[in-house]
Amino acid sequence: MKRLLHLLSTIILIASINTSLHAQCKGFAKKICKLELIPYIHDGNYHAAILTEGEEAELYKTFYSGQKYRIAVCGTDVLSVIEFQVIDAYKNVLYDNRKDGNSRIWDFELESSQQLKIAVKVPENDGDSEYPQSGCVAIMFGFKEK
Amino acid sequence: MQSRYISMSLIETLSIFCLFALFFQCSSNKSKKDTEVKIEDFLTDDEIFDDIDKAKKIFYSLPSPLETAMIIKSAGAEYNEQLLNVLGNTEKYTTNKSMALNLGIYTTDLSFASLNDQTQTSVKYMEAARKMAKGLDISDAIDDQTIRRLEDNLDNSDVIMDIISETFLNSSSYLKENDRPAVAAIVLVGGWIEGLFIATQLVGDKQIEGNKLVNRIAEQKLSFKIVQRMLADNQKNEAGEENEDIARLMIEMADLKNVFDKIKVETSEIKVEPSKESSVATLRSQTKITITQEVFNELRNTVNNLRTNFVQ
Repeated sequence: MKRLLHLLSTIILIASINTSLHAQCKGFAKKICKLELIPYIHDGNYHAAILTEGEEAELYKTFYSGQKYRIAVCGTDVLSVIEFQVIDAYKNVLYDNRKDGNSRIWDFELESSQQLKIAVKVPENDGDSEYPQSGCVAIMFGFKEK
Repeated sequence: MQSRYISMSLIETLSIFCLFALFFQCSSNKSKKDTEVKIEDFLTDDEIFDDIDKAKKIFYSLPSPLETAMIIKSAGAEYNEQLLNVLGNTEKYTTNKSMALNLGIYTTDLSFASLNDQTQTSVKYMEAARKMAKGLDISDAIDDQTIRRLEDNLDNSDVIMDIISETFLNSSSYLKENDRPAVAAIVLVGGWIEGLFIATQLVGDKQIEGNKLVNRIAEQKLSFKIVQRMLADNQKNEAGEENEDIARLMIEMADLKNVFDKIKVETSEIKVEPSKESSVATLRSQTKITITQEVFNELRNTVNNLRTNFVQ
């Protein structure tokens, strides 16, 4: 009986944490990460997910010439810095935020339109926590006419 | 004794149900992963989509309606209100698929109008988008306050763009966080097709040689590959059930794939050039586009048929 109650409460706890993390993610993207795009105009797309330390995410997008872009990659406080790279179709790394003081943003413009990949990683934390931490990671784009 | 027996069996039943729910959640994650592996099967060597199953989460990002409108405008497209979807059509859209497609379509129209300083038209198209959002049960995305804010800032284009961006973010985040990513994908496809429709119609029968807008249209082949993968990714829900709207949309878009296959877009490697004056880097590269007048006409007709099908 006690075991069953314990099992039930664990399941309910996991479900409620999951729901709350998702709600937190939406608010985080809209209220915190979006501010990183200023003075660029946010394109309106929503790309955010709950990631755990050590996990990776990828995003594929076509960027067009004639516009300036800003990429913002942000993670909630519970996570350490978020690493991201911008990679072209030839697998060349065009930008690596680890070489730019772990910047959350990168601004660029293109001579010709290109399809690029944004590779995001939540590095493992060497801190005191016994378990790997999970938090929201948002990838947002801003643009403006050249 | 009787009540204790009932409460125990209730707890046991609930626990079994929860265990089943957990089991199916794990199974659905597996089937999602399987879909991702399948996507890799049809990769070609000229694409960026490699090692796709390594990451935990894959996003496919299509130009939003606002970006689509900006792309068309920056290529020199002139505003023509006749090309926008008729406002009176809103009553026709009663299915989830048609409302989602036309939420995207009206939002692109709204963006195109506002980027061309057509403020009164912008308000009307925001109302149309609002009706679609309400039909999709995401009325919070565009509420009375949004319309009032738009009306109060008709002379401020920056605020108008911010309002459009925010309403689109509200609807896409709501749909994705409420396990309706397929609907969010259909909205994006609708908006993207509307941009393609407006652009191809503006070129019309004119010669394509040296036309900047034609290059911009041909470059959409790059985004079309993202459309295909985004739809394939949403073809099945977490329980592994097929989404009929997505399946039908993929069939409807087959002709478009055939035309885009006839257009060649080749890109060179990119050299990153940091700016001395600002923080904006320049990505230097060349793109070679091969498209004939005949193929362009075929593309224009195909897009027209597809869009007619979406708005009727």
